[in-house]
Amino acid sequence: MIHKLLIDSVSRVFPAVRGGVPVQAVEPTTLGVAQNDFITILGPSGCGKSTLLRIVAGLDRPSGGRVLLDGREVRGPGADRGMVFQSYTLFPWLTVSQNVAYGLRERGVPEGRRREIVAAYLERVGLRDFANHFPKQLSGGMQQRTAIARALANDPQILLLDEPFGALDNQTRALMQELLLGIWERERKTVLFVTHDIEEAIFMASRVVVMSARPGRIKADLPVDLPHPRHYTMKTSPDFVALKARLTEEIRAEAMKVAQAH
Amino acid sequence: MPRPLEPVSQGTRLLLGTAFFVLFVAAWAWATFGGYVSRTFLADPLTMLQDGWVLLTRFEFHIDIAVTVWRVVGGFVLAALLAVPLGIVMGAYKSVEAFVEPFVSFARYLPASAFVPLLILWAGIGETQKLLVIFIGSFFQLVLMIAVAVGQTRRDLVEAAYTLGASDMSVVRRVLVPANAPEIAEILRLVLGWAWTYVIVAEFIGSSSGIGHMIIESQALLATGQIIFGIIVIGLIGLISDFAFKALNRTLFPWRLA
Ligand SMILES: Nc1ncnc2c1ncn2[C@@H]1O[C@H](COP(=O)(O)OP(=O)(O)OP(=O)(O)O)[C@@H](O)[C@H]1O
Ligand SMILES: [Mg+2]
Repeated sequence: MIHKLLIDSVSRVFPAVRGGVPVQAVEPTTLGVAQNDFITILGPSGCGKSTLLRIVAGLDRPSGGRVLLDGREVRGPGADRGMVFQSYTLFPWLTVSQNVAYGLRERGVPEGRRREIVAAYLERVGLRDFANHFPKQLSGGMQQRTAIARALANDPQILLLDEPFGALDNQTRALMQELLLGIWERERKTVLFVTHDIEEAIFMASRVVVMSARPGRIKADLPVDLPHPRHYTMKTSPDFVALKARLTEEIRAEAMKVAQAH
Repeated sequence: MPRPLEPVSQGTRLLLGTAFFVLFVAAWAWATFGGYVSRTFLADPLTMLQDGWVLLTRFEFHIDIAVTVWRVVGGFVLAALLAVPLGIVMGAYKSVEAFVEPFVSFARYLPASAFVPLLILWAGIGETQKLLVIFIGSFFQLVLMIAVAVGQTRRDLVEAAYTLGASDMSVVRRVLVPANAPEIAEILRLVLGWAWTYVIVAEFIGSSSGIGHMIIESQALLATGQIIFGIIVIGLIGLISDFAFKALNRTLFPWRLA
């Protein structure tokens, strides 16, 4: 099978901090991602999810192994891998529409075309009326929607999302999940989505990858065969509940390990 | 009782700010008119105003003011033109920082006023020497403070730019510079204030014009009213330039307040 993205025995060891021991954040991990896959990576806090995603983005170097995108080794960050961060990273000096246009300007897309694309994505994330607001004038959810629009407008090969809704309340979070899923169902991007919320992991995914407690490695890899388009009511369907029960067990075992280690 | 960090209204702010000036002048008037301080050492507010009026109408003090302002602005603009780019490059590229920073840190502590005699030997007592004093006084401070500000740019913003396809050059131009522009403007405002102290010292020695020159002449005449008038003029110019800088920053960087 030809992978869109191949994480090939990637590991990461952080050097010792002030007389401590080196931290093995990620154990050699292999994961193949097919074109149009929506993969959610589920794992307890501190298990190396962000580290793995940053390595795929090219923002961090693996201690061992390599990442291949379309067969080419990733050596640094690039526009082919769009990223939405765990923290709010909109450029505070740019308006919402300028933020969304950032990557397009960087690639030299002409002004007119740029405006069309920005308008289309602002429409899609429901922020048309906030085009000229500065990030400070937006709520957290709106900022993350802008960040998603900013990443998507750049038309990346693969979209990396690091707990993008982690700081949002449950209701907003549910709406954002549907919004992102709606966009994915239409555009069929290849997505890697990190979360520690089990329901979110199932609802969004075509495949859920469970990571073990630190040092992180892949503990389970489950396909999610729920039909598309998905609707929030699905979260109470028997299939969904069964999957959730199973993943809860997996995660609980890992969380226990963390708790006992401390 | 006001609580910590509780904001006050614009009106209250103005009232309180003015009140301090009024109290200050009142205390001064009380000390001088009441005879608690000898006239020889400290003129009273009215004498100060009279002396100021005489300075302006008979001794063309406004020309001295203009000369001093020009020196400060000239020397400062020169320093800023070189220091801002260098500071940004230093903050952005750690190898440049490693190369330049130790020397700049050292040079920063060289007192600009101590260079006055040396600069007179090198550049004479013309305008070049005055500009150089201010240049030396502000350049190293600016470079270092700007480099620190740029070096502290939020890493996640830089990373976000890279994942959007930015090149190294464009990260400097389109992230490091705009992210720190307000901070840089603030540093310029601060250091401009310091430049005023250097210019006065430079004008004390070997100068035939400027506010500092007038002050040193007045000392020989024991004209404390004139000295105080000169000092207050400097303060007022500082206050005005400060306001102008703040207003400019507000219009240039609306996203800061938004
Ligand atoms: N720059 C770093 N230097 C040293 N250790 C680090 C660094 N970044 C991460 N780590 C370590 O690597 C481990 C994994 O961190 P990571 O941020 O990937 O976790 P995570 O799974 O994203 O957690 P969370 O769900 O809380 O975001 C942590 O134990 C952390 O201590
Ligand atoms: Mg994380």
